[in-house]
Amino acid sequence: MPGLKDVKEKIKGVKKTAQITKAMNMVASAKLRGAQEKMERFRPYAVKFAEAMRDLSGGMESNDLPLMEVREVKKVEIVVVTSDRGLCGSFNANIIKTAERLRKQYEAEGKTVSFVTVGKKGTQAFKKSGKLRTQFNDIMGTFQMFNAREISQNITAAFLDGESDQVDIVYGRFYSVAVQRPEREELLPIKPMTAEGENAPVHSAMSGSYTYEPDPGEIMEVLLPLFLNVQIYHAMLEVGASEHAARMTAMDNATNACKDMITQLTRLYNKARQAAVTSELMDIVGGAEALRG
Amino acid sequence: MAQIHLEVVTPNGAVVSEEVDIVTAPGVGGEFGVLANHAPFLSTIKTGTLSFRKDRVAKFLMVTGGFTEVSNNKVTFLVESAEYGQDIDVERALRAKERAEKRLAQAQQATEKISRARAEASLQRALARIHTVELSRR
Repeated sequence: MPGLKDVKEKIKGVKKTAQITKAMNMVASAKLRGAQEKMERFRPYAVKFAEAMRDLSGGMESNDLPLMEVREVKKVEIVVVTSDRGLCGSFNANIIKTAERLRKQYEAEGKTVSFVTVGKKGTQAFKKSGKLRTQFNDIMGTFQMFNAREISQNITAAFLDGESDQVDIVYGRFYSVAVQRPEREELLPIKPMTAEGENAPVHSAMSGSYTYEPDPGEIMEVLLPLFLNVQIYHAMLEVGASEHAARMTAMDNATNACKDMITQLTRLYNKARQAAVTSELMDIVGGAEALRG
Repeated sequence: MAQIHLEVVTPNGAVVSEEVDIVTAPGVGGEFGVLANHAPFLSTIKTGTLSFRKDRVAKFLMVTGGFTEVSNNKVTFLVESAEYGQDIDVERALRAKERAEKRLAQAQQATEKISRARAEASLQRALARIHTVELSRR
């Protein structure tokens, strides 16, 4: 049986850990709120943008523009968006696993794969693979549109130079505070947007009456890079919110585990104390008995 | 005077959303103005100064690239960033201008296409900021 003092120290230590995890949980929940607000602010922009893209790309041939050019895919680039910091459960591990699975799948098809990582966790995971082309670290904390622009310019340049024929993005999508799942999307070449579902006829009817300046093709040429920015920024926002949500859950679990541990240790401590008291009593009683004898 | 609804939307949220008399914007094909009941219209925007007037008060915004859509007496600008003239840090813009010019000179020698394009873009932004500040001080 461990000594009384050891157990007491251990309880103290675990209590301190619980304090830290609890604080981290609260910080994460405050940051999550910030991240969600950021997403809310972005939504109108993204929605409008998608609308305009749909309107414009209706009559487009996919090979009209360099960013939409469909080539035979030999080289695939995977953009992996993770968080910069850990302690958020299996969130980053899941994204990395998904990217890794994707790599295996592409390589089985005889394609070569390169990685671009956004976020330190992904960089750490893919550094050793030798397939890491570029990395963007320490921006997930306070990123802005220009960070996304930098990334999209980088991968666009590689695509246009023929260093990649297809670009995928893997990121952690925020479904709810409890659920975040890795998601894969194709970034390049940009596919002409087929109008989705019921609202399609309205848009195509509307677009006929517009005056375009310059002509739709040239507008698209300007819009496509911007659209890529939007997509990357969106992925970063999703990862930002997911990270904090995942950390909240992880820290909540840790705090609960600490509480359980404290209960167990306290029980152990009491038992040890009781044992000590009993044995001391036995000693005294034994001594008294001996004296009387 | 009939008014038109102006909206300037950036990834960080809406910057302007109000009824105005006239909007002047830096289109790719040159500057253009939009008055109330303008015909449906779609154009790309380059980095520059967007101005609008309401009750004889003119306001100026620095905008970076994006596009605009006019329909149903509503003009919507989707730009990556928009700043009011009075919010712009002139000193910083001037510094950025110098930096961009220097980079541009270097890039010209190296004939590096990407870095030249970037330097040009940041020079454009700096110039647009300075111009916007000048206009809004007038």
